[in-house]
Amino acid sequence: MDFLELLLESISTLTVNKMRTGLAALGIIIGIGSVITLIALGQASQKSVEEQIQSLGANLLTISPTAQVNQGIRGAAGTGITLSLEDAQAIQDSEIITTVKSVSPEYSGRLQVVAGRNNVNTQIIGVTPQYAEIRNVDLADGVFITEHNVQAQARVAVLGSQAAIDLFGEEVYPVGQTIRINGQVLRVVGITLSKGGTSFNNLDDAIFVPLSTAQRQLFGATHLTSIAVAALNPDVMALAQDQIGYLLLERRNISDPALADFSIFSQHDILDTASAVTGTFTTLLGGIAAISLLVGGIGIMNIMLVTVTERTREIGLRKALGAKKKVIITQFLVETVILTVVSGFTGMVLGIAGSYFISSAMNLPFVLSVRSMMLAIGVSGGIGVIFGWYPAQKAAKLQPIEALRYE
Amino acid sequence: MIKTNNLTKTYRTGTINTVALANVSFEIKQGEFVAIMGPSGSGKSTLMHILGALDLPTSGEYFLDGQNVSQLTDDQLADIRNKKIGFIFQAYNLLPRTTALKNVILPMMYAGVSSEERIERAAKFLKKVGLENRMHHFSNQLSGGQQQRVAIARGLVMNPKILLADEPTGNIASEQAAEIMEVFQQLNQDGHTIVMITHEQEIAEYAQRIINLRDGKILQSED
Repeated sequence: MDFLELLLESISTLTVNKMRTGLAALGIIIGIGSVITLIALGQASQKSVEEQIQSLGANLLTISPTAQVNQGIRGAAGTGITLSLEDAQAIQDSEIITTVKSVSPEYSGRLQVVAGRNNVNTQIIGVTPQYAEIRNVDLADGVFITEHNVQAQARVAVLGSQAAIDLFGEEVYPVGQTIRINGQVLRVVGITLSKGGTSFNNLDDAIFVPLSTAQRQLFGATHLTSIAVAALNPDVMALAQDQIGYLLLERRNISDPALADFSIFSQHDILDTASAVTGTFTTLLGGIAAISLLVGGIGIMNIMLVTVTERTREIGLRKALGAKKKVIITQFLVETVILTVVSGFTGMVLGIAGSYFISSAMNLPFVLSVRSMMLAIGVSGGIGVIFGWYPAQKAAKLQPIEALRYE
Repeated sequence: MIKTNNLTKTYRTGTINTVALANVSFEIKQGEFVAIMGPSGSGKSTLMHILGALDLPTSGEYFLDGQNVSQLTDDQLADIRNKKIGFIFQAYNLLPRTTALKNVILPMMYAGVSSEERIERAAKFLKKVGLENRMHHFSNQLSGGQQQRVAIARGLVMNPKILLADEPTGNIASEQAAEIMEVFQQLNQDGHTIVMITHEQEIAEYAQRIINLRDGKILQSED
């Protein structure tokens, strides 16, 4: 009996017994489909949480000057004038610092802003183009401050979404309008996308202008109020902090870190939360995957055990008519493999579709992990094949009359 | 053709040993038509299963066509069941939801007969037992007598030297039983060795020789 014939025999057995095949297939489809859906949803939630934390700036370092000390009187924190554009440039250009992705020198202060009859006191932030990338600022309209704007001290401004409403109301389209700050007329070139209420330093209220414009035309200053640095990833934050600290100390010829006239603040608490949340999710995901694999696997195991054990008499008959053990086991193995592959594939498609619909209904990102799919199909399919093969080979080992008598 | 030496079979249920066959020795020559008779529990089915290589004796020897069956491997036994023995079960044992034709084809499939020849031979034997109009019916759609005849066609299709039949007329009406006995006699005249179990004296009369079993032992052998 050659393999092709065996294959045909297996297919005919599967198609003749539609009820039995259907039930076994359903067991495998549900097993694999639910495992894939559960894992995908778990990963989608994890990704969603990670993205939210990322948007808070988990890889963000902020360098600010320490308090100005004048004749023994210590001023408010951050009022020092020791941070310069050259410091920012040095961090950017340094060959020793390997962990920094980009650097954003900033000057910020509060000023009165006038547009038409509206008069608002708000935060003005002088920025370079890097600011948008580092602080995750997205534009609802127009363009952000460009390198060219910074070089030319251009009189342009990008309004935070709330600031735009405060100055122009809901009816007027602000891009192209002008605002007055400190007697200077600035043209509005863009509006940011609202970041919502999660922010501790609400940027929706702020107005962004080129750094050079802020320093020279609006505030009359040459120093920076802060430098924001994006590390390559959240894992190298501590190293980045050290590298930048050494560089700035060296530039100032300060040997004792305690005397430093600047401080580097990393979003430590955010980072801690991030790793705690990610860790919890990893554990949770592992648990979900393990339990759903177990449940799906037991379901598949039961249905295969029952359907194949039920066929012990058939195996006895085939043996009685002269089928060799190997032929019987191969036939059952082929049947089981066809059943598992076809239902496994169906389960996979249903699982993907299911997780897609649930993710979009719950506003989660749609994550498809090939690894988890392979795991689900591998484990469930493996269980299906093993528990299809095991009772078949057990029955094939019996004397034909014992198998025929099996109740 | 068939020779047994002190064939013994005991079943163990828990701690109790039940003796089904005790030191059964007999011989059946080629071309004989033998009936085995005995009340239920006499061990006749057990003896038949051992003769059909469907079961192994606890002790004793069984020679089929000069081969010591008790010493063969599982695969060699499968070959013997396939090629030398045609077994007709009391309960027919047909594959359900499968056509009569496919049921008769089954042993040829395991023997590696080409697919055209299989269909041709299966059809020929189904015709021989009078089922040419029922070939494509599912086995579970046939009456008891028709199922029995499918089982006979299946037992004959490999042209075995020995035909073993366990109560071949047990579940069918008497006129059909007579028809089947005529088929058996015809086969016997064609040179097949036939061993048949029955509890009906009139069916046993069709055989040339009757072996009487009682409590796992042979009472007498009448010619």
